Amino acid sequence: MPDPNSQKDLAAAVPFESWGRYPTYPAKITSLNWQSDYAPAIAHLHQGGALPVGMGRSYGDSCLLKDGNLLVTTGMNRLISFDPETGDLTAEAGMTLAQILDFAVPRGFFLPVSPGTKYVTLGGAIANDIHGKNHHVAGTFGRHVTQFELVRSDGTRKICSATQNEDWYAATIGGLGLTGFISWATLRMKPIVSRNIDYEGIQFHGIDEFLDLTKQSHNIEYTVSWVDCASTGKNFCRGVFMQGDHSTKPTPLIISPEPKLVFPFDAPGAALNHTTVSLFNTAFFHKQIHKRVVALQDYEPFFYPLDKVLHWNRMYGKGGLLQFQYAIPWESAREGTIAIMQAVAKSGLASFLAVLKAFGDVPSPGMMSFPKPGITLALDFPIKADKTFPLVERLADMTCDYGGRLYPAKDAAMTAPQFQAFYPQWEEFARFRDPLITSSFWERVTGDKLPL
Amino acid sequence: MSTVATALAAQPNTSGPKKILVLGATSGIAEATCRIWASQGAALFLVARNAEKLAAVAQDLRTRGASFVETAVADLDDTEQHATLLSHAVNSLTGMDIAYLTHGVLGDQAQAEQDFNTTAHILYTNFIAPVSLLTWLANYCVQRHHGTLAVISSVAGDRGRRSNYVYGSSKAGLSAFLAGLRNRIDREGVTVLTIKPGPTRTAMTAGMPKSEKFADPNAVAKSIVAAIAAKKDQLYVPFIWAPIMLVIRTIPERVFKKLNL
Repeated sequence: MPDPNSQKDLAAAVPFESWGRYPTYPAKITSLNWQSDYAPAIAHLHQGGALPVGMGRSYGDSCLLKDGNLLVTTGMNRLISFDPETGDLTAEAGMTLAQILDFAVPRGFFLPVSPGTKYVTLGGAIANDIHGKNHHVAGTFGRHVTQFELVRSDGTRKICSATQNEDWYAATIGGLGLTGFISWATLRMKPIVSRNIDYEGIQFHGIDEFLDLTKQSHNIEYTVSWVDCASTGKNFCRGVFMQGDHSTKPTPLIISPEPKLVFPFDAPGAALNHTTVSLFNTAFFHKQIHKRVVALQDYEPFFYPLDKVLHWNRMYGKGGLLQFQYAIPWESAREGTIAIMQAVAKSGLASFLAVLKAFGDVPSPGMMSFPKPGITLALDFPIKADKTFPLVERLADMTCDYGGRLYPAKDAAMTAPQFQAFYPQWEEFARFRDPLITSSFWERVTGDKLPL
Repeated sequence: MSTVATALAAQPNTSGPKKILVLGATSGIAEATCRIWASQGAALFLVARNAEKLAAVAQDLRTRGASFVETAVADLDDTEQHATLLSHAVNSLTGMDIAYLTHGVLGDQAQAEQDFNTTAHILYTNFIAPVSLLTWLANYCVQRHHGTLAVISSVAGDRGRRSNYVYGSSKAGLSAFLAGLRNRIDREGVTVLTIKPGPTRTAMTAGMPKSEKFADPNAVAKSIVAAIAAKKDQLYVPFIWAPIMLVIRTIPERVFKKLNL
């Protein structure tokens, strides 16, 4: 029987899942609907520590805390101010990028940096210093966050910007939510006159064609490639290079329609195998019949193709999926990418969605930010016992050998030595961690247990 | 009370943005509804108990494009203050097109079964206080032959159940009062809308599996805005609760009394 307030009990019965749905841990979930909810929520914690989380779109365990307290911030989604002259939008940290777009697009403004999904919170975007298709010209998300408030568990509040509490600003951007509770933030939006993107899709064969296209497109704002990780031989590293700029031809700036499709159930474990993924990849490659396609495309399918299907992660079945994303610097980017892609193709563990992009050299303000100039490749694998983890561990070692690093937001498997090699500054960063806040990721990669 | 209403009767109903009084403005459904009105440029007068939360909501609605936002901090259980509060609100708004009553408490059913004071408190907040507000607001609207009174009741008021009959009876009383009020003042040009929401997804369940099965508060809000604009009498939201409650209401009492609902 329905009661308006009964969702409280229902909510308590289900675990908080990350997007990869691996691992899953029990945790006490507390909802923060108001900025003032934070202090009472942490006032009497006796065990396990706490972790503020948003939409749970990190793939692994950076948004989980085993046997601890997850403080879900999505109810804190209020706007605080918007200045149409500068594009500065100030909002509570639980507001999602989708909600920001709904507000800003009709007013002629767009996100300065868009990740592959709009269903992440402002706070989560800062904590993971996310990147997008315009990294080579715009840098990371954090570069466009002019200021935010950080609330520490001892009650102190710090306004952080490039000129105020600069060390806390640097530690919190890309700081995995560990430096404290981000209550609100200011994001500098950019003007647009149309929802449309002047899109061009270009087929390529092999890494060298990809690198040529990357060079040619250096002053195009958005570039990203889908790449076939299942094929070998003459089809090895074939893909589609997708590039675009915001259209300068004005069109009506309406709000996006809400997605109607929901992936309705957990697919059986065997649904994604080498054969189905190879078929998908071949179909994707040949969906574009011509070598070069030019089109005017709405920003939704350009930036957020997967958001069209809510809960698409169920496609991987109950076991979940493992993401893997590296950044390898230019000096060994070509060599490393070929070696890793060969290892993936050889393993037969097909990757369904493989995304290849060149990172630019715009420095990130974050101490622990993931991107660095070079090539980044994002892969996902269905979790298959005895196979997936050894492969991913080997790929992580290869990444390390090529001087690269992995993205914590997309990781559920890197070892402590690997993490500490990828991020040698981690000990310096650890000094900024809030003593009450931790995550299962942090405990895994540092061996840190909260002394509570 | 009547002198205040009479004094205000002289005010013209100026056209322009909708003038909306929201009682219980920090509730999830109220806030979602106000965001839609704000984006339409409405003028809003918001009443809630917690000053800090009220300020956050008001700031959000201003940023979203409300043409006017004024607030008052009040405990709506304090019925003595209603006339002063309401006349201040309609003065600030220079008139009123919609009054939206959303406040209420679920209460503790188990405690209420043992303790009359707990029961009395639930009945007071959910029934007596809204009745006091509605008495003033109805007369204000009748004098102008204009306005909509939109009130959040509950599907729980459609039939008493062992699991929450105290809350349910307060909402049943409210629904009955609204039906009678509608019968009296609809012919005076005043619309009374009884809103009966089912379980709604809030921040509480965000990011969790299966939460998508609850009603989206924004969708609920959209239905409420549409129902008010269409001058409807009653709204089950999501609509699925209309046939469900029809079935619940028609189960014979000799069967119903044995069910565990």
